[in-house]
Amino acid sequence: MTSATIRPASDYPPGGDAFRHRHLTGIAQLTPWEISYVLDAAEEWVEMNRSGAAKHDDRLAGLTIINAFFENSTRTLLSFEIAGKRLGADVVNMHAAQSSVKKGETLIDSAMTLNAMRADAIVIRHASSGAVQLIADKVDCPVLNAGDGRHEHPTQALLDALTIRRRKGKVEGLTVAICGDVLHSRVARSNILALTLLGNEVRVVAPPTLIPPAIERMHILPFTDMDEGLKDADVVMMLRLQNERMDGAYLPSPREYHALYGLTPQRLELAKPDALVMHPGPMNRGVEIDSSVADDPTRSTITEQVEMGVAVRMACLDILTRRKRGVPGWN
Amino acid sequence: MELNPLLITNARLLGGESASLLVVDGRIAALDPSETPEGTETIDAKGQWLAPGIIDLGVFATDKPAFHFGGITRAALMPDSGPLDNSGLVERAAKAGKPDLWVHPLAAATKGLAGKELAEIGLMKQAGARAVATGRARIADAGVMRRVLAYAAALGLTVIAHAEDEGLTAGAVATDGEMATRLGLASAPAIAEAMAIARDLMLAEETGAALHFRQLTTARGIALIRDAKARGIAVTCGITPAHLFLSDTAIGDFRTFARLSPPLRSEDDRHACLAAVADGTIDILASGHDPRGPEDKRLPFAEAAPGMAGAETLLAMGLQLVRDGHVTPARLFDLLAANPAKLLGLDAGRLEVGLEADLILIDEGTPWQVDAKKMAAYAGNTPFDGMPVQGRATMLWKGGQRIR
Repeated sequence: MTSATIRPASDYPPGGDAFRHRHLTGIAQLTPWEISYVLDAAEEWVEMNRSGAAKHDDRLAGLTIINAFFENSTRTLLSFEIAGKRLGADVVNMHAAQSSVKKGETLIDSAMTLNAMRADAIVIRHASSGAVQLIADKVDCPVLNAGDGRHEHPTQALLDALTIRRRKGKVEGLTVAICGDVLHSRVARSNILALTLLGNEVRVVAPPTLIPPAIERMHILPFTDMDEGLKDADVVMMLRLQNERMDGAYLPSPREYHALYGLTPQRLELAKPDALVMHPGPMNRGVEIDSSVADDPTRSTITEQVEMGVAVRMACLDILTRRKRGVPGWN
Repeated sequence: MELNPLLITNARLLGGESASLLVVDGRIAALDPSETPEGTETIDAKGQWLAPGIIDLGVFATDKPAFHFGGITRAALMPDSGPLDNSGLVERAAKAGKPDLWVHPLAAATKGLAGKELAEIGLMKQAGARAVATGRARIADAGVMRRVLAYAAALGLTVIAHAEDEGLTAGAVATDGEMATRLGLASAPAIAEAMAIARDLMLAEETGAALHFRQLTTARGIALIRDAKARGIAVTCGITPAHLFLSDTAIGDFRTFARLSPPLRSEDDRHACLAAVADGTIDILASGHDPRGPEDKRLPFAEAAPGMAGAETLLAMGLQLVRDGHVTPARLFDLLAANPAKLLGLDAGRLEVGLEADLILIDEGTPWQVDAKKMAAYAGNTPFDGMPVQGRATMLWKGGQRIR
């Protein structure tokens, strides 16, 4: 793929033109320089988060952020909560797993309720693709997509890009292999969009039953043989495999999956010697990834990804509330 | 009620010729009459098209305002709401539209449309059912489908089938392709249609039954039908304007008004459908009218109900087929009226002396814009929302009675 960038990714326009969206619903809406802008902003928060005692900034003081999670999540919810609190916002979590909140009109009603409570930003996770867009169209404040169905999980792709950029010094011109249950993965879709947009070669490695139809139209190279797909990769990005996929419907068994698609030390040797190993968590150790690979600090970025997650989410919350806060240049 | 004789003058027939038409006692009495009875009311059509009222085969609701807006005088009601699986329900459904709309109920093929046991098709026929239908889904069990076809054939009723293989389409809300993958929607391959058609064609051939596929939407499905017709199998098929004018790009932004069953297909399939309308493979153009309110449509895409409000746009989209050169006006009304009448065994759908005067006048050129918020239907879930179209029915008579 030729680079879609007209403006170099490192050169973004001044003020609010650097990020011209009211919401963050997906990577599909972003330009390369908008991604870089978020990553650069996140770098500053990495510094502060590492600085020791005073991990606090009060720029969002007085603002209310609601984390509305219609699907269960631990780490993403925690990450958004910490991000909001470190910026001084009042953060409220709404746990509304599908069992308790009825589907349907209630989703719009919930959105209208949150809106009426004058939230200044709403973070949403929902099990249905497109649900976040549906809510974003109905509310007055910025909406951040924390994962909608199989569609997108933009902050995950941004934190992955930041992790790669910090380790490799760049996030362009690299070969990235995304491996596992691509069919059901919003992480894969957002990462494919972000990494191709930034000018990387992206490969998708998955069993034939878990490759989405027409995926090559997203400018990637599909592989069903993992050894082929890993060859000379700079980054190996593993995806979580849900247990219910391994009961015979999509895959025969966990042990067969491990034999054919598990990331073992031997397989990793096919990638470049300095290849990174990434995983969005939580991991199924011994299924999609071996512990010796996951725990190797020189290769694995798994804990660093979690750290970058907080920084990226701080950057997103800061940027998306600038108009509301009247930051000069953002109106 | 006593009806005055009616003379429609200065009308343009579908062949293009100018004519007048006399209606006496609710029936077409003469074309270009030399004299008219006393007390005849005259309407000057001012050069507008005069056509038979549209017979809409396979609607999901008796939505009179929408049908009348759309120039529809008769509608064949799908058995899904009810379901229409006994003679009492069929009789009631048949009366629901009278006197100004005739509803022809389609008998449920199986009890409760569950696809397992034969419904009382014979009794439903006596109660007024004009054909048999499998409902929104096909009958999964080939043995049951075979018995339905054989039984209906003996009663002289056509079986109206849905063509999607339920194994391939389980959980799917879109057709396999780039759009479904980018949106993260569960999808099924387009061959799910051809696979279902292949099975039912074999069963129809073996039982000698008349079989109609209500919606044909893929190139592979069309090829099977074309071949079966050439071999003399009693098969017909229909389509709705959505699959002729829209492809799966219309579901971008998760537009639930474009969530249909079968789902919208690829651009290649859409072009194959247009070609099949032009070459005569497709026999019937219908609205698939299925009005759905916000409780069914203002939802995440996969949770929304499939279906569209199509009655009001059917004629305008049909006229677009004429303007685009795919069909002649006369052929359009074979698709909209004559062929559905034939399938239902109705003496209607044509402008012939002796037939009931179900008539519409059409102003074919006037532009208007489809607006989901201003529909006559009881819900505005149209996939054509915002589209500029041309042509509408300006007057409508049912059995010689002026409705609008």
